[in-house]
Amino acid sequence: MPEALGLHHFLLVGAALFCMGLYCVLTRRNAIGILMGVELVLNAANVNYIAFSRYGVGGVDGQVFSIFVIMLAAAEAAIGLAIVLGIYRRSGSIDVSQMTSLRG
Amino acid sequence: MVDPHHVADVAVHSSQLLRWIPFIPLLGAAVNFLLGTRIQSRAGRGGVAAVAIGSSLASFVLVVISFFSLLAFDEHSRLVIDTVAPWVHIGSLNVDIGFQFDPLSAVMTLVITGIGSLIHIYSYGYMDEEPAAWRFFALLNLFMFAMLTLVLGDSLLLMFVGWEGVGLCSWALIGFWHQDHVNTTAGNKAFIVNRIGDFGFLLGVFLLFWSLDSAGQASMVFRELPALVGGLDGMALWGVPVVTLITLFLFVGATGKSAQIPLFVWLPDAMAGPTPVSALIHAATMVTAGVYMIGRLSFLFAMAPATLEVVAIIAAATAFFAATIGIAQNDIKKVLAYSTVSQLGYMFIAMGVGAWAAGIFHLVTHAFFKACLFLGAGSVIHAMHHEQDMRKMGGLRHYMPRTFWTFLIAAVAIAGVPGTAGFFSKDEILWNAYLHSPALWVMGFLSAGITAFYMFRLVFMTFYGECRADEHIREHLHESSGWMTWPLIILAVGSLFAGFLGVPAALGGSNAFAHFLEPVVGHMEHSGHHSLALEYGLMAASVGIAGLGILLAWLIYVKKVFSAESLARIGGGWPHRVFLNKYYVDELYGATVLRGTMGLSTLFAWFDRTVVDGVVNGSASVTRIGATLSGAFDFRVVDGLVNFTADAIHAFGGVVRRVQTGSLNTYLYVIVVVVAAVLFAGTWN
Amino acid sequence: MDHILTYMTFIPLAGMAFILCMPGGATKAIRLTALGFTIPPLLMALWLFANFDRSTEAMQFMERAQWIPSFNIQYIMGVDGLSVTMILLTALLCPICILASWNIEKGVKGYFALFLLLDAGMTGVFCALDFFLFYIFWEVMLLPMYFLIGIWGGARREYAAIKFFLYTLAGSVLMMIAMLALYFYNEPHTFDMLVLMDNAGTYSRTFQTWTWLALFIGFAIKIPAFPFHTWLPDAHVEAPTAISVILAGVLLKMGTYGILRFCYPMLPLATQDMAFWALAALGTWNIVYGALCAMAQTDMKKLVAYSSISHMGYVMLGMATMTVQGINGAVLQMFNHGTITAMLFLLVGVIYDRAHHRRIDGFGGLASVMPVYTGIMVIAFFAAMGLPGLSAFISEVLVLLGAWQYSPGLAIVAASAVVLTAGYMLWMLQRVWLGPVNEEYASMPDVNAREILMLAPLAVIVIVLGVYPHAILDLINTSLTAINNTVLSAVPPVASLPLDVLP
Repeated sequence: MPEALGLHHFLLVGAALFCMGLYCVLTRRNAIGILMGVELVLNAANVNYIAFSRYGVGGVDGQVFSIFVIMLAAAEAAIGLAIVLGIYRRSGSIDVSQMTSLRG
Repeated sequence: MVDPHHVADVAVHSSQLLRWIPFIPLLGAAVNFLLGTRIQSRAGRGGVAAVAIGSSLASFVLVVISFFSLLAFDEHSRLVIDTVAPWVHIGSLNVDIGFQFDPLSAVMTLVITGIGSLIHIYSYGYMDEEPAAWRFFALLNLFMFAMLTLVLGDSLLLMFVGWEGVGLCSWALIGFWHQDHVNTTAGNKAFIVNRIGDFGFLLGVFLLFWSLDSAGQASMVFRELPALVGGLDGMALWGVPVVTLITLFLFVGATGKSAQIPLFVWLPDAMAGPTPVSALIHAATMVTAGVYMIGRLSFLFAMAPATLEVVAIIAAATAFFAATIGIAQNDIKKVLAYSTVSQLGYMFIAMGVGAWAAGIFHLVTHAFFKACLFLGAGSVIHAMHHEQDMRKMGGLRHYMPRTFWTFLIAAVAIAGVPGTAGFFSKDEILWNAYLHSPALWVMGFLSAGITAFYMFRLVFMTFYGECRADEHIREHLHESSGWMTWPLIILAVGSLFAGFLGVPAALGGSNAFAHFLEPVVGHMEHSGHHSLALEYGLMAASVGIAGLGILLAWLIYVKKVFSAESLARIGGGWPHRVFLNKYYVDELYGATVLRGTMGLSTLFAWFDRTVVDGVVNGSASVTRIGATLSGAFDFRVVDGLVNFTADAIHAFGGVVRRVQTGSLNTYLYVIVVVVAAVLFAGTWN
Repeated sequence: MDHILTYMTFIPLAGMAFILCMPGGATKAIRLTALGFTIPPLLMALWLFANFDRSTEAMQFMERAQWIPSFNIQYIMGVDGLSVTMILLTALLCPICILASWNIEKGVKGYFALFLLLDAGMTGVFCALDFFLFYIFWEVMLLPMYFLIGIWGGARREYAAIKFFLYTLAGSVLMMIAMLALYFYNEPHTFDMLVLMDNAGTYSRTFQTWTWLALFIGFAIKIPAFPFHTWLPDAHVEAPTAISVILAGVLLKMGTYGILRFCYPMLPLATQDMAFWALAALGTWNIVYGALCAMAQTDMKKLVAYSSISHMGYVMLGMATMTVQGINGAVLQMFNHGTITAMLFLLVGVIYDRAHHRRIDGFGGLASVMPVYTGIMVIAFFAAMGLPGLSAFISEVLVLLGAWQYSPGLAIVAASAVVLTAGYMLWMLQRVWLGPVNEEYASMPDVNAREILMLAPLAVIVIVLGVYPHAILDLINTSLTAINNTVLSAVPPVASLPLDVLP
């Protein structure tokens, strides 16, 4: 069975994750849901990084990048949640379809 | 004439005791200012009075000690110096905080601390219902400090500290009952009129300093001056010999502080203060500062005969005119105030004819009897519940015998009855005045008669006849307490016997007083020889006219041979009106100097607001008009072009902005679609 | 204590940054922080006072660094007796002003931040020895002052603030022109004030005259000299108490400081030519004019403002005499006026805080209601009148003494102001503090501990300097004598430089 587990398996998992994330981002009206979608997309990228690091030629570069991405995701989540909280305080709702004050 | 170098080469003694003479009253003042309210609430009025009286007496004891140690020195080395600390040393100006004690200072400090202590004690009795006694006693002590600095200071600048310091205390004490605007206005008047004098004094000091500087060495220190002023001979400014100019400026200061024409107007108003203050400041000590100053600088004044002439003429005029005003006053303190002005005139006559010692001698005797008179008047006023109008008094000798007798003795002394203090000192002055110019003597002689008249008018109106007070006051009439009467008695004794310090040679005396002062002030040797007979004759004449004055007062106010009212109507009543209204001098000053200054001030303020600020605001307006015009050009032409561009972009933007829906989902869809499209396009190629 | 001047200047700036980081609602903490950041400069100023070498006129505690080398602009700090006195005054008044601002409730954070910026600017002006640096600090002061008057001021604050701003800006422009003229006249071009002073002998008379006039007008606006003075009464009336104190206590001194720092040593010939009319005669006119205007005022602050104009006239007169006494008296008067007028404004502020108006006729009998306050007030008033034993006496006597030698006529006119000063001061005193108690204010509380804390040090200084003026005189004498000698010994340069572009 081990030879069955190759690079493309990981890429498939990554792609699946990415699509789920993208779907989540596009369809959710709850801002927190969108944030969670973004997390999924980022993690899909992580899976790909790790996989390329293990099977590819980049050495540990992929692992390093994935660490960066995790950090980035954490920061993004923190700021994103702060923004969401701020929006909630202002409007009492976190429904993104209501947030149209930037309309031109 | 005076030898100008008489103190130049004396041996100088030094003593650290000296500084405590002024500093102890200063400490007393500080204690009462800072802690007075607390002391008074814990220990009562007695506590603050004890501090004040104690420090005053301590200072007196020090003065006495210093005086006797001074006597022990050789006659020509009687000078003690105490340099406390450097004060101002800039360029050629070198002044220390230093005190000097010589015969002249000794006389002055004895008077100030001696009589001052008595008045402190008296005040405890007089201010028996005063809630702010702490402030009163603190100010009295502060005054003692300033006055002692004035007479002990070893330089003109330090003297000026005392000079203005006494003015401050005088201001604060005249306006002591500050809830009444009459009092504070009198205080302000006193301070401002004094400031005019101080202005002259300062100019005199500056001129002296720079003249000495160009003569070789500048100095403001008294003990250095006599040796230096010789260099001023022949120097002139604006065509006037500088010595004359200096002394005239200084004399302006003296007319302010010592209430001479033309600056005497503040002193009668100053009677608004509590009576002990009038006795201490406005009779015995502060107002004599001008006399002291001339005595201190006698070597300088002796070099300026023209100034002395002015001094003598102004002094004689002051003595005479103030005496005539005194006749018509009905306020007991006002009479005494004009009497003080008149007596100060006597002292200045002496200074003007170069009889320095005689002037200082009269200063001393006057301090005794005038303090006694004021305190006696205070005793009366206190008993009469602060009634000062003599027309409402009368017959008081039955109610307050001690006050009456002491007052009578002092009145006798000021009238110059032979044997009393006033006799010796006044005749000394009159004699010297006669030697200088018989006209001066006539003025002094007439004033002596008028003085005797108005003093006994006061005595008779107050103490004789029927009591004219209302029922309520008469019931409460009483002799004052021992705190007040004992100082009176001591001062009365002084009024009787102080004259024996300076019995003239003509009466078989040795004039010890003049001899004591001689090392400081020197003495004028009169040219020519005058017979003893003339001196006796003049004495007899002045005694005669004094007797006449007393007799006249007795006839009018006791015997009522003439009625005072009919006398007031003489000459259509205008002489009486003129006397009563003090020659309308206040009105004159009010209409000229005061209104002039106020008018100028209003004019300048208007000028500042309207013209100067008007120009500023006007230039701002002009700038704004210019700005509006250039703005219009800018708006229509320059901006027109710019706006066109902006409008075009705006219109374009209006179309394009529709893309910005503001909806996050839309944006995301667009992103995904575009990315997908790009990727797809990339792969396809 | 290396770089002590830099620390003194920039510690308030650090304080400003600190306060900006604090939450705006923590008013008490902000006040305490502001106070805390003004204390170290005060301690350093005292250290300077103790360690300053009084025997040399050379600049001390010098710091020198390149700043913008391409224009030869340097960062030079240093003090002599003149500036160390002014720094002491500034460092002393700033904490006192913070205490006086305790009642500010509106925009506390902004107020104290701006105040500290002002503090930094003022200290910098007195420390800077590079003309460009000086100019920067000079302008740095302008901005916070504008806002402090314009936001925290009284009813007509915008008018007053704009007037102040425009006036001062006009002065700054002239000063900048003079600065650039000096920069380009020297070869190599430099803003280094010490070099500018050393080269004073090479400036032609014409050049000096024009530069002098430009500088003088710039400084005269600050003094303020007639007829450039009308911003002062308005600014004072509208400004909050503490800002009035700073305005009168420190900012006015910058005018006379500038003249002594720039005009005298750099342009000695022009100083000789101009001193009589521009300084002595104008100063005397200021004295009398200010006093007479003060007499007619009905607003307490306006009266004190005009009295400032009058008292600053003494400074101009004193320095113009170019005698040792006069010039020392002038700088001593700068310090004394700083403390006395600060007291006067603080005292007016105390009753303004309670009664919310300043009309002289609107009070009466306050002496009975507020005895402690009245006691301190009497000290300040009599100090302002130049009563012997208090500080201003020494400086006024020195100025008048110098003036007498310079011109007896001017001295007489100037000295006559002692009568006028006594007149308006006593009259105001009588109307506000004496007389029957005004029932409306019969229960006005006496000064509290904070107010005593801000007034007492000044009262002590006023008394101590009256008795021991050498505390300041020793500090300034050597430097001023040197400056004075520069002017007195100046002779026209032998050959005019070709750079002399002015006709």
